[in-house]
Parts: sequence; C-alpha cells; structure tokens
Amino acid sequence: MSTEYARNDWYVVADVNQLAAGQVVETRLLGQPLRVSGSPDAPLVTTADGTALPAQLRYDHIWTSPGADPRPLPDIAEAAERDRTFVPCGGVRVRCSPLRAVENFLDIAHFPFVHTGILGEEPHTEVAPYKVEIREDVDEVWATQIGFHQPQAAKSATEAIETRYEYRVPAPTTAVLYKTCPPKPEAWDVIAIFVQPLAENECIAWPWMALYDEVTPYADLVQFQQEIFLQDRSILENQKPTLLPLDPRLEIPTRCDLTSVVYRRWLKRKGATYGALTTAA
Amino acid sequence: MTFKLYNYVLSGNCYKIRLMAALLDVAYETIAVDFYPGFEHRSPGILALNPAGTLPVLTSGDMVLTETQAMLTWLALTYDVTGTWYPVDDPERLATITEWLGFAGRLSQSAGLARLHDMLNWPADEKAVKAAAISDLRTLELHLNDRVLEGGLWIAGDGPTIADIACFPYTALSPDAGLEHDGYPAIRNWLYAVRALPGFVAMPGIHYLHDLKETSGD
Repeated sequence: MSTEYARNDWYVVADVNQLAAGQVVETRLLGQPLRVSGSPDAPLVTTADGTALPAQLRYDHIWTSPGADPRPLPDIAEAAERDRTFVPCGGVRVRCSPLRAVENFLDIAHFPFVHTGILGEEPHTEVAPYKVEIREDVDEVWATQIGFHQPQAAKSATEAIETRYEYRVPAPTTAVLYKTCPPKPEAWDVIAIFVQPLAENECIAWPWMALYDEVTPYADLVQFQQEIFLQDRSILENQKPTLLPLDPRLEIPTRCDLTSVVYRRWLKRKGATYGALTTAA
Repeated sequence: MTFKLYNYVLSGNCYKIRLMAALLDVAYETIAVDFYPGFEHRSPGILALNPAGTLPVLTSGDMVLTETQAMLTWLALTYDVTGTWYPVDDPERLATITEWLGFAGRLSQSAGLARLHDMLNWPADEKAVKAAAISDLRTLELHLNDRVLEGGLWIAGDGPTIADIACFPYTALSPDAGLEHDGYPAIRNWLYAVRALPGFVAMPGIHYLHDLKETSGD
C-alpha cells in the first residue's frame, strides 16, 4: 500500500450542508482521522495532532489535501454557469475501493440490469463502440461518442431517449460525466462523483450535479440521483476482489469495458495504486 | 387522488407504504422530502405536519398519519378488498399481527439505524445498535423457522399480512449495514416469498426477483 501518489490529490471531506448546519465532522482520509469544522466560506480541516491542512470550498463541497505539493484541484468549467441548478447529493459510505467506485461510475453496460427502467432497460443492452483516450496535454482519461437508450435519462426527461455521454477522469478519485440534457438538448447536464478514500477498501462517494432543470423540485433531483447511486452500492460492496486489479491477469475485460481498461492503465502508469491490486496473486 | 405520501426514496419506512400501496394496486401522489443531505424533515413546513420530524407522513383529506404501522393498517382497511392483509375477524391472528408491528418499530431502531450509520454516516452507537439488530434478526429467524415447522411461511397465519410488510424492509436491507443473511435461512426463504408477491416493487438495495435467477426458462 502506498499513499505516495494519493497524498498529493485533493479530496472532498464534507459538504456545504454539514458546515452550514454547524456540524463538526469527524472523518478519515487515506486511513488517517480528520476533523472538519468552521463555516462553508472558512472551512477548517485538522489532523489528529491538530495540524491544519489546506481547505477550500469548491463545487459545494469542502476539499483538502494531505500532501506537501498537491496537484491542482480539477476544474469543472460548468460550475461557473450560474443558470444551472447545483445539487450536492450527500455522502454515501461504501465498503469498496475508492477506485472501484469511480470505475462503476464510468460503466455503461450495467445500466439495464442495475438501473432498470431509469438508465437502461432490456432488450436495449448493447453498448455500441465508443472512443477512449488518455489526453496527454491535460493528463486525463476521456471517453466520448457514447450513446445509450435510456427510459428516464434525467428527472426532466419525459420519454425514453437516446442519450449521448462523455466521461472524463481528471484525477484518480474524481470523475465527471456529461450527458444529454433532456429539456435543453444543445447543452450537457454535468454529473460528477467525488470519492473520499477512507481506506483502501472503504470510501465515501459524494455525487454532485450541475443541471439545466427549472421545473423539477430540488428534493426530487437529489432523490433521483441517490436512488441511482444506492442501486450501485450493494453491487459495489459485493465485488471481489475488493481492491481494483491493475494487472490484466486478474480480471478479464470485454469490449464494452474500454473506459475501465484505459482508466486502469492510466492509474498504473501514474503509480496511483492506493485502493488497487498491482500484481496477480 | 387517494392519498399523499411525503416520501424519501432511501427510507425503509417510506418503502413500507410504497410496497403496500403497490401490492394493493393503489395509485397515490408522492412529495419528495430531502431527508439527506438537506434534513428537510426538520424544516418548519414538515414539522408543522409532523412535530416528531419523522418520515413518512401520509395525508388523505384532513387525515394526517405519522406512524408507519398506522398507515399500513389504514391502507389495508381502506383498499384491501380481500380483507386478508389485516383480518379484523380473527382476534388471535390480529393480536399476533399487532405484536409484529411493534417488533417492526424496534427493527427500525436497530437494523434501520445501523444502516443509516453505515450508509449515510448517521450518528449512532455502532456496536450497540448492531448487537440489537442481530438480536432482532435472530428473533425473527426463530419465529419464521417455527412457522415453517408448522407448515407456514408468513409471520401470522396462512397468508401475507401487514406484519410481513412492516418487517420486510429493514430485514431485507440489513446487508447495507454489513449484516448479511447467510445465517438466517428462514428469513431468506421469507424474503424470497415477499419478493414473489404479485405487484411487488423494489427499492435501492432490494432487487426484483428475476435479478437473482441464475437461469431463464424462456
């Protein structure tokens, strides 16, 4: 287990709702206990010995990094578009590797079986070929040209549509998806997952959305996303091995798993192995 | 409209009402309440409706119900044309059902709270609440095992009642708190039977039956 790479990324450790309610959050990051306190505009993150870590409010969440020289926090340009509705969906604890949680977020093939009637349905199970690449200039994984038949692509969808998707992984535990916005087809809805690694085999997933939807009540938006994510949780907790295998001998991917294949290759290349299995047993 | 349900999609107590309504084939209106992360059940609007600040809340006309077990009773007496879900003409069976409605309330405080703790980081004494949950699961297992030895399957009598619906969600969802069903064969059998009921609806963490079938006949 190495936290060498992981220490220099930024991680969500609380959301704006918790600090606005005056909570002091006792949590963990990369196996170490942390306390999050203060207000949303002046958050305070301290370690067990009282050392203050850098803390900032971005995308309705409180972020910190335990490293000496953190890489930049991923930029999500759509967060500046003030006519979007921003929805922090709350943290959900999952007994799985933080990398498994991201990989699941990137997977399309499970939609008809796990998110039946919402993100997919039989017999529309085929994943058409799509494109995945590591964009070297920004050091990010991108999956593009994805299309999928979805009965209820978003709360704002009034009928089944062929949804277009793009996925982007700017950091090992941060992933962003762009999908067709049903009421505004020329724009993308943005859904991100910020994964807080509690330990190598346990994490908190913080889904966040930036949507164009002026009609749906806010609570319905939150619950739509929570229902989807909690459908994944029991699946994630039963995946074996718990850690994400980076050695291709440990799990056999198929063509529809191309995003996962490239994500794993990218992690291995960077040495981002916290939460990963690096060699075949 | 028949009734309104102030609903949180991940709540096992709200699911009891959604499931019962589905099994009775009753259409209703839902109003989403942002229980988490918004804590909207503690907002003035919801507290005015239910001072206890719990979900679900069911309203129909001027009636406001805040206790899940009362809602199940009302649903059965109002919409069950067969009269089997809450059999008022059988005192002993009705009393048994009421016993298990009480048990279902305790189960919410043990297995239900353990789940909130593990899933949404709810404050709880994890050790105590999980010990209580295991004790409750064993109680239910023993009862259902006795029922099997008597040639039965359901909690009270020969068919499903509101007692089964009341006990089902937090039993089925206990793996969300790491409390697996492997050691409870009678519970597993009964969970299967509930999921096989015509009109059954799922919720996150509780799957439709065909999801688990290993082979398909057609």
